[in-house]
Amino acid sequence: MIVAAVPFALWLAAKAVVTLGLMLGVVLVVIWAELKWSAHIQSRVGPWYVGGRYGWLHPIAEALKFLQKEDLVPEAADDKVFRLAPYVMLAGTIATFAIIPIGPTVVARDLDIGIFYLLAISSLSTLGVLMAGWSSANKYSLIGGVRAGAQLIAYELPLILALVAVAIQAGTLSLNGIVAAQTETLFTIGGFDVALPFALSGQFIGFVVFIIASLAELNRTPFDLPLAESELTMGYVTEYSGLRFSMFFLGEYAGVVAMAAVISTVYLGGYWMPGISDDALDWLGPFILVGKIFFIVFLYIWFRWTWPRIREDQLQRMAWKWLIPLTLFNIMATATLKVVL
Amino acid sequence: MTHLDHRGIVEVSDGGVSVELKGETMTLNIGPQHPSTHGVLRLIAEVDGERIARLDPAIGYMHRGKEKLAEARTYAQITALINRIDWVSGFANEVAFIRAVEELVGVEPTPRAQYIRLILTELTRISNHLVFASSYPLELGGATALMWAFREREHIMDVIESVTGGRFHTNFNRVGGVNPVAGGGKSQKKVSLDLPAGFYAAVENAMDRAEVACDELDQLVTGNEIIHMRAKGVGIITKEDALAYGISGPNARASGVDFDLRIQEDSLLPYGDFDFDVITGENGDSFDRYLVRILEIRESIKIVRQAIGSVPDGPLQAKVPRVLKVPPGTAYVRAENPKGEMGYYIVSQGGRIPYRLKIRSASFSNISIMSKIAVGQLIPDLVATMGSLDFVLGDVDR
Repeated sequence: MIVAAVPFALWLAAKAVVTLGLMLGVVLVVIWAELKWSAHIQSRVGPWYVGGRYGWLHPIAEALKFLQKEDLVPEAADDKVFRLAPYVMLAGTIATFAIIPIGPTVVARDLDIGIFYLLAISSLSTLGVLMAGWSSANKYSLIGGVRAGAQLIAYELPLILALVAVAIQAGTLSLNGIVAAQTETLFTIGGFDVALPFALSGQFIGFVVFIIASLAELNRTPFDLPLAESELTMGYVTEYSGLRFSMFFLGEYAGVVAMAAVISTVYLGGYWMPGISDDALDWLGPFILVGKIFFIVFLYIWFRWTWPRIREDQLQRMAWKWLIPLTLFNIMATATLKVVL
Repeated sequence: MTHLDHRGIVEVSDGGVSVELKGETMTLNIGPQHPSTHGVLRLIAEVDGERIARLDPAIGYMHRGKEKLAEARTYAQITALINRIDWVSGFANEVAFIRAVEELVGVEPTPRAQYIRLILTELTRISNHLVFASSYPLELGGATALMWAFREREHIMDVIESVTGGRFHTNFNRVGGVNPVAGGGKSQKKVSLDLPAGFYAAVENAMDRAEVACDELDQLVTGNEIIHMRAKGVGIITKEDALAYGISGPNARASGVDFDLRIQEDSLLPYGDFDFDVITGENGDSFDRYLVRILEIRESIKIVRQAIGSVPDGPLQAKVPRVLKVPPGTAYVRAENPKGEMGYYIVSQGGRIPYRLKIRSASFSNISIMSKIAVGQLIPDLVATMGSLDFVLGDVDR
């Protein structure tokens, strides 16, 4: 085995680089996909010229454009916090990639407490949003930041509770373990071993709730209240320009990819696909995972360009009156079934 | 009172919880540069958290002095000024003004000109309402309706352009009739001073497309649960308030005021020849104001379809002197503009220019109620209410 031949640190670094490279590449493609798919939904052509065809270089061109913009810091802003905020947001989402298994052996770090780490680190990005909202010295930014904070409190709970049920069903907190649990044979039809991802076997409610809550966690329509362009001009990023703005932009889409990767892993079987041998999965796994990520991302983009935005009080009511009771019911049902079956 | 009952659900279950959290208010300056103030309206809001305690609209950022400018221009030149008042429905602005001049001069427009005016006014109405129906979901956060409605509206703009030569600022009405400039098709020479060749087919096509736009908006917006959550019961204007504040047009009709200048006896244009309904709402909330406009598009399509089948032959302009001298006197003429009641009061002391022109525009009166209904609303509700009033700053400030 190669694993034994190379030092542990080197192997870890290689896996981290592979994971991060793949995920950031996916992020760029997702930005392009948002531009292109939203254009098709709105019967526009979308990016077309950059890169020759289909505007495939558009995300890069966009980043270069932001690089050229003047970097503004408002006079009354809390300078240090203002400058730090975009990186806190970006770091929170990128740290999530560390535990996403993109193949049976390719995972930057297979933590035993994977889900715990995931929940802790993913809410760090909201801290960046709060920092941006507070330090901008702009009332729109402040309202946007506070909205993000309120949203975090309301929607972190259904997120956690949905994953609790998954942990019960899988019997582990490790993401690799959860994928492995989804590959176990549930029943046999005519000689075929049937294994189903959690979204289809027992966790359907959790799957739907998790997608809804993740939309709120990512501040995407219909829960894009912290940005709310028509109300708060641009919410917490109102005062940001140039590279710092593009950090928020990148952070937002990195968050989308991270969340889609988590959903794919936890509910859709991750890198695993029926009919493919474990050896082949080492190479095909990343592609399978990226395919699933794009399915979730397509849902996100579809929602965003179809629905309007709901109101803050309606958002809270939805979380506390519907999603949290639903997930609690889901936990009870899962636990009962786990004991009975 | 239904007003209180309707809001009561929101207040008791959610607002009531945070009573003890009420603290100092802060002043939020919404506008003049803001994505949803339709230009440069400025709202000085005193907010407690997100709840609005007081709202002062500050207008005048787009004051262009139309009334004063008119005092130094001939009547034909004023036409070019007033179609820029409410630029979304430029043609409709002209009709009432020209009718006022015609009243002073004592000229009756020709029947054919009246029909052409009517068709173009209704096309303008459809285009105006499509602009509203596209921008309103955007204010609530949904971006796609904008593109869909604008796409179909383009067909209407093409028709207007083919007749008048201009998309927005048509400058097309003349005292005693209309003055088409465009021509087209094989028989260009013969009809170059009349409707362009293929006009009726183009209108028919544009109406088909407008119907498609309505159907698509119904699927995307009208039945959308989130739109219902955001717009129903928000920004309620009671019938009494609507009358007291001088609100007119679709905004008033959404509050149940069954009043449309098009079907009055002194209607400027021959609407009596056609069969259509005046749409009224019941609740007077933002959603009703949206719905009334969508249904009005369908009624206008009906009118246009009937009108293009029965345009009478005859001259386009009645006989008027080359240099128009208007006798002394006053005239007030009002018309049902897409945004509401548009009125022109002309004082003439004889000669080629008016002594005074007073413009009564719909949007000015329509947004005067903002500071009343916005109190107690949340900021998102304010945007939802503001958008549903469908105003244009040019029409407010003039």
